[in-house]
Formats: sequence, C-alpha cells, structure tokens
Amino acid sequence: MNLADYRRAARAWLRDNAPTDDSHETDAVTRAKDFMARLYDAGYSGITWPQRWGGQGLTQAEERAFAEEARDYALPTYVFSIGLGMTGPTLVDRGTDAQRERFVRPLLRGEEIWCQLFSEPGAGSDVASLQTRAVRDEAGGDQWIVNGQKVWTSVAHHADWGLLLARTDVDVPKHKGLTMFVVDMHHPGVTVRPLQDMSGRANFNEIFFDDVTIPDEHRVGEVNDGWSVAVTTLLHERLSISAGVGMGGRREHPASVEALRQTVDTGDPLVRDQLVELHIRTRALALFNQRLAQETRAGIFPGARGSAAKLLLAELTMFQADLATQLVGPEAALAGHPLAQAISVAPGMALGGGTNEIMRNIVGDRVLGLPPEPRVDKTVPFKDLKVGTQA
Amino acid sequence: MKLVLSEEQQQLREAVRAFLRAASPLPKVREGYDPQVYARLNGELGLSGLIVPEEYGGAGAGMTELAVVLEETGAALLPGPFLTTAFATVALTRVRDKELLTGIAEGRVQAALAEPAGGAGLAHDGSAVRGTLAQVLSGMDAGVLVAPAQGGEGVVLVAVDLAGPGVTRTPLETLDPTRGQARVELDGAPARVLGPRPDIGDRLCVALAAEQLGVMRAALDAIVAYAKVRVAFGRYIGSYQGVKHKLADMHGKLEQAESIVRYAAWAADESPDELPEAAALAQAYVGRACFEVARDHLLLHGGIGYTWEHDAHLFYKRAKADEVLMGPPRIHRARLAALLEL
Repeated sequence: MNLADYRRAARAWLRDNAPTDDSHETDAVTRAKDFMARLYDAGYSGITWPQRWGGQGLTQAEERAFAEEARDYALPTYVFSIGLGMTGPTLVDRGTDAQRERFVRPLLRGEEIWCQLFSEPGAGSDVASLQTRAVRDEAGGDQWIVNGQKVWTSVAHHADWGLLLARTDVDVPKHKGLTMFVVDMHHPGVTVRPLQDMSGRANFNEIFFDDVTIPDEHRVGEVNDGWSVAVTTLLHERLSISAGVGMGGRREHPASVEALRQTVDTGDPLVRDQLVELHIRTRALALFNQRLAQETRAGIFPGARGSAAKLLLAELTMFQADLATQLVGPEAALAGHPLAQAISVAPGMALGGGTNEIMRNIVGDRVLGLPPEPRVDKTVPFKDLKVGTQA
Repeated sequence: MKLVLSEEQQQLREAVRAFLRAASPLPKVREGYDPQVYARLNGELGLSGLIVPEEYGGAGAGMTELAVVLEETGAALLPGPFLTTAFATVALTRVRDKELLTGIAEGRVQAALAEPAGGAGLAHDGSAVRGTLAQVLSGMDAGVLVAPAQGGEGVVLVAVDLAGPGVTRTPLETLDPTRGQARVELDGAPARVLGPRPDIGDRLCVALAAEQLGVMRAALDAIVAYAKVRVAFGRYIGSYQGVKHKLADMHGKLEQAESIVRYAAWAADESPDELPEAAALAQAYVGRACFEVARDHLLLHGGIGYTWEHDAHLFYKRAKADEVLMGPPRIHRARLAALLEL
C-alpha cells in the first residue's frame, strides 16, 4: 500500500473508531485497554516494531502519517505511553527472545500496562547512584530478591510490569554494579503510593519493594550491565518525549498561537509580536523534530541529539505557558482556567526524563564531544561513595 | 517535505567544502575578493551556473542545491560577489530577457543585485537610468548591476554595465571587512530593460538564510574546537558547565536553523504556497540565531576574541551585516504576523 492509501485508510479507521471526547462512563484504563485492542486488531499498534513480536514492521513514514491523522482525536492511550515509548523499545532492543515473545505483543494489544523504575529519592539526575538492592538467591531457584524505593513513577498505579534498575554489586564503581529486571507489579512485596504533583494531579507514584522476588529469566541484559540497558531506555525516552509518542493526539494546547489568537487582542502590535515569537519557536522545534524523524527513516540514528530536542521542548513548554498567562491576564490566575493548568504542569517537562541541565551536559559531551567534567564518582567502589542528600 | 540532503547534495557539499578549505582559508579571506578563486570555483565546480537553466549553459539546479553551496560559502566567509550574483541569478531566471545568464553560467559575469540594499531610487527612460543606490552589496567587485527602475510602464528590472559610462562607484567602508559594498551613482548610464520586476524577495530570504546557517555552523565549530584545547584553572574550558551549557544551547539553535533552511529551500523548489511563510520564518529565526551564535562564540573565546588578529570578529560582523541585509529584521516578523493573519 502506498503512503497516500495508508493515510486514507488510517483516516477512515480513526473516523469510525477514535473517541472524539473523553466524557465516557467507563474508567480511563478500561477505555485505554479496549482502544489499544482495537488499534492492534486494525494494525495500527507498533507500526514500526518488528512483525515477529507483534508489530507491523513498517517505517516512520507510516507512523508519522498515522500520528498526523490522529492529531485531532483524544486517543486514550496515555497509560501505555511508558510501555510504547520506553520499556517496550528497550525489550525489543535488549531483551531475550523469550522476553520479547512474552511481553511485547501483550503490550501492543493493550493487555498489560508498563512503568519504568529508575529514579529514587536519593538518585535523580544522578540515577546511577541508586540504592535499591537486588540480591541473587540461588537457593530459591535462581531468583533475585529486591529491596528499596523508587519515585516519580508514571502510571505505576495501573501497571502490570515494571522495568527496574537495581544495584547488584556495591564493591565496584556505581555504573558497573547495576542490573536491569522486569518486575511483576502485582507481587505482594510491591507497594504503590500515589504522589501528587504541583498541578494537583497524581499521575506518578512512589514505589516500595520489600523482599520482592524476580526470576532470573526476567533479567534484561547481563548482570552488572544494567547501565547500558538504561541508556537505551533513556534515549528512547527523550526521543519519545520530544516526538510526543503516546500523547495520543493531544488536542489543541490552550497556550498555542491558534488558541491564543481567539482570546487575546491581536490588534495590539506588542501582542502580535509575542504571538509571532511563539510561532517562530514552535515551528523551529517542529521542523527539527520532523528532520530527526526523516533522518531516522534514512538510517541516521539521532542518538544524543534527541536530548537537544527534549531540551528545546522543555524550554518551549515553559516559554509558551508563561507567555500565554501574561497575554491573558488575571483570568489565568484562577485555578479552573486551562492556562493555570498549563503553567502548573510546564515545569514537569523540564524535569521529567532528565533536567535541562542534564540535557545540556549530554549535548555538550556526546554531540559536541566536549571534555567531561572531572568526576569523583567513576572509580570509587559504590559502597565508599557519598550519595543522596547529606548534611 | 524533505529536510534531509540526498547523496548527491551531500557530495556537492563535500566538494565545495573541500575546495574552499584549500582555496580560501581564513587568512586569505582577510585579503578580500580574489577573482582567481572565483575562476576556479566556477571552472572546477561550475558553481556560477548552478541554478542557471540548462538551456543557458547552467546545471538547472534548485534552491535546495543553492542553499547547500551558500551554506559552505557562508561557513568559509567567502569574500566577493558570490551571494549577490546568486541573488541576481534568481532574478534573471524570472525575467523576459535572460541573455545575461549565459555569461553568469560561464563565470564571465559577476552581477550585483541592487534589491536588498535599497533600489527604489532609479528611473529609466527606455535606454538609460538615473539615480543613486546608497549601498550595493559587492558593488565594487561585480561587473554588471541588476536593479529595479521606474519607467513609463511601471517598475522593471534593468541591467547596467558597471564599468560603462555614466556610472560612478564609491567603495564604502563596511562593518564586515570580508565583504564590501559600494555607493553607485547612475547618471544616464546605458541600461537594458530585462522585463517587469519579478517577485523574488522570498527566494532571497531563503538564500541568505542558507549563508547564515553556514556562518553559525562555522562559528560554533570554531568555539567548540577551542573549548577542547584551551585550559583555565587546570581544566579544559569546555568541561565547565558555564561554557558547555552555552555551547549546548547554541547547538540547539543550529539544529533548528538547519531544519528551517532545508524546509524553506524545499518550499521554494516544491511548494510555492508555503514559501512566503517559510521564507519569513527563515529570516526571522535564522538571522537572529546566526548573530546570537556568532556573538556567543566570540564572547566564549575570552579576550583573544576581541582582537583584530583573531577570526572571531569576522563571523560576528558577517552575522550582523547579514541580519540587517534585507532591511530591519522586524520586517520579517511583521510579514509573519500578516501571513498568519494575526
């Protein structure tokens, strides 16, 4: 099928199947699962993922065509965004065939929800200093026993599985003693507590692990090679954030030029110029993201340049909400106003998936090849290292 | 929409880059326009005929290829009339009388387009023109002037032999030492009417943005290279976040500028409906980003960047001169506002 036919078919399918508003009776998770199942049956789930594991084996061109057609719909896929954008691609890249066989298709069919368990209260930007321990228990039939705490875990309260990074060796430097696992979020030792963010929502959680067992066959990658697996996940995370994967056709942003022109006085030349500035920045980033997508399609993997796109998106998100509230005035200070919501969630983009400062470090080190900062933590055994918050 | 260069376009870029690295390095740039470099550029690489239609001896390429070349001439801060001849060529392909194109394609003719630096003041009577052009880019280096002039039947494009009678050229001392301008007074200078003045402003905006992209890329490359070798307080300066983070932000500007230039060049070639907005976006974003990157590249060099001997000021001054070449930059923002119907 050529691209135009593909697009036409996608448009027709969305018209008949995509929900156009979110005022439904059923709860969001049931709706999301139901919709993902229909998406899978229609061949629109995992468009670029390998066919062998349940994907469609198509190119970025089809994926982009579908995303463009889906833009005007509020697709209820948010609870799958971590699985589709980060943990799923990590398993496709780094999992065993048995793991791919077991986990990828149920994700694409919307049967299982995933979360990602990296950050800890003592390990945010410096995630490799995490302290959650996984200890091998060969007497118990080659399994691992996990104790510790994770935080900022989106959709964990709905999740069936989590991709967990844990410390397996404290006698080696911190990056060399980590291992990646798939953990059953329904294990009785897993406690999920919702965590309210500054906008009042509770989309993320803190997670406690008390003697949680994981079979060794759910280990992803080699023992103590978890950091390289995590880097794969984080690359996917930044790219999926900047490309808006799983945002399911986020409808018109209340701080976009299109929305603002309806409400603010464009007869004022100062207002017009501010809207022009917003338009320029929005187009500049959109074109950069499209170029990265075209390069990916042409076989050029964007790698750390995805961090530049993520940084620019974080800055644009903040700029846009800030500008829009200024343009609208006092109304924007009422809690029910969409722009009050926009300014409340804006900092999240600059923090989740790596802070702006970490993104600048990554761009500086890996894209520009600048000399690294002198580090005191690379050669010291983890057990001798200062971590977390200490007076 | 095509934002990634084809293999042929990448080869073109490599060829021009390699040529300029050898034939026009920065110490030579300081000596100004060298017709011999142009002779080789046009002879060995055929660049003068790049966008000239094949029937006039050119390669018949599009804005996308021209943008690739201008990015490299910009990165090299190539002195002389290359940009203005490209501007004139864009104009000449869109008028009735295309005879000059053959000379341009052969590299015999360097033409200066008077448009960007203000060409409203000329009047013609069918065979001669009168009036003064205050600032003509590369006006001392070009052999032919292509300019709009007011006549009985409206505004037309005319061609004037700059070495001919009735022409007085005065070199202007410019901010940018690598590329000059001239004041051109025409007092009954013989002129050939080429046809009605074509609408080429958008294409000039795109072409200039391509040069600006090259200027900013070269400026960023230069400061990144320096940050990897310059030591302060026992460390390479590029290892300090105060420097590294600024360079990362400059990289973000470069990525976005390249995306916009590729888009605008594609629009010029393939999607004329999108061109006006793409061209205004290109000047509004790339013009500013180029100066900001050139400015920060100079500042991050420290005191050495403030000296005449160092090359940093050459990029800084080219970036500023380019930013205002088409007029005050607010005109591009005002055009965007108008096109968006704000």
